[in-house]
Amino acid sequence: MTTIEIKTQSLEPRRHTFGNIARRYGADKSASRYDESMLDLQADVNFHYRPIWAPEYEIFDKARTKIEMADWYTLRDPRQLYYATYNIQRSQMVQGAEQQLAFVEKRGLVDTVDAGWAETVKSYLLPLRHFEWGANLNSLQITNYGWGAAVTVPTCFEAGDRLGMAQHISKIGLLFDGNSGDSLDAAKDAWMNAPEWQAMRKLVEDSLVVEDWFELFVAQNLAMDGIVYGLVHDHFDAAGIAKPGGMVVTMVTEFPKTWFAEQTRWVDAVIKGVVAESAGNAGLVSGWFADWSKKAAEAMRPVADKVLGADGAAAVAAVSAALSERAKKLGIG
Amino acid sequence: MTRNVSITLQNTEDARPIIEAIEADNPAAVVVQYPAMVKIDVPDRIVVKRDSVTERLGRDFDLQEIHLSLISLNGYIDEDDDEFVLSWR
Repeated sequence: MTTIEIKTQSLEPRRHTFGNIARRYGADKSASRYDESMLDLQADVNFHYRPIWAPEYEIFDKARTKIEMADWYTLRDPRQLYYATYNIQRSQMVQGAEQQLAFVEKRGLVDTVDAGWAETVKSYLLPLRHFEWGANLNSLQITNYGWGAAVTVPTCFEAGDRLGMAQHISKIGLLFDGNSGDSLDAAKDAWMNAPEWQAMRKLVEDSLVVEDWFELFVAQNLAMDGIVYGLVHDHFDAAGIAKPGGMVVTMVTEFPKTWFAEQTRWVDAVIKGVVAESAGNAGLVSGWFADWSKKAAEAMRPVADKVLGADGAAAVAAVSAALSERAKKLGIG
Repeated sequence: MTRNVSITLQNTEDARPIIEAIEADNPAAVVVQYPAMVKIDVPDRIVVKRDSVTERLGRDFDLQEIHLSLISLNGYIDEDDDEFVLSWR
């Protein structure tokens, strides 16, 4: 008779992680997927050719911003997004948003919105498609010229987010105009010609040609977004919520509001990291923030006056104050 | 006399932030790696803190999610929304 002896044999993997991660952590220990997806991912040596359109720079060049960091990879994304988690999270958010839109459409809730308020909403919300498109271009610009995958991976995700946001706003427009698209044409016309939008349009166009990519990061993600999202989704929304059907507008703009709250966590972490690095960085960021937040507040003032009437000035002041408070927490100002 | 309490988790990507949080919050923890699982022994008391896991995970963590990675426990459980504690008291 033979006896069978069952043994477990434990096999140690020869390596627990990739070389770039092991060099960073000084040990061959397993790292998170997020770390693996971005640490030292970007090429930083042996650039053979300089770009012919800008021969003063290498293809990737730290000198493209005045900000200096000993290690750009300290600017981690607190959400730890990489390709898979980004897509999973966003698809969940978008599913929720689509459900809200479908609900509103099925019940014909748009027809319950006070006619005057519906016109106002179209006039302040729909032109923001073009603001989002500008933000999409700016995120791509940052991704293109930024240094370090820790920063440029989330900025690339953001570019996708902004395009998605423009689409979401377009869907709201289609909901309000019975799928004819007329409201979107009117919104384009308002963005191009209506007097209250011209300052904002100029500001977006000015931001498109900012050369320092971190100045652009501060301008778009902290200053302009802080003012625009704060005004539109808090103050404008609150002004309509008591009107008949005002709640419907709140429902369909829930997606931008939750997205912005999530985005804020990441933007704050990046800026906080840069500001904490050195007094020089803090000075630069403070200057950019002061400049762009003032311009953004001035540019949104005519829109706020149109929507809120006499309360416009107070709303802009309140949003600016809240944004300055947020900036102070990041070490700016 | 001190007795060990222990927790055994799957060695997966989902469990990694939990394991790291336990290591950070329980300095006396002895972490033993087995194929596909990780057993953590601590004298007297183990605490798993929601905030510590949230910080490592990058999103809000619900302590009940621990059960998706849990293989075995040793100790009396005391849990609320913020902490999951194993001890012999």
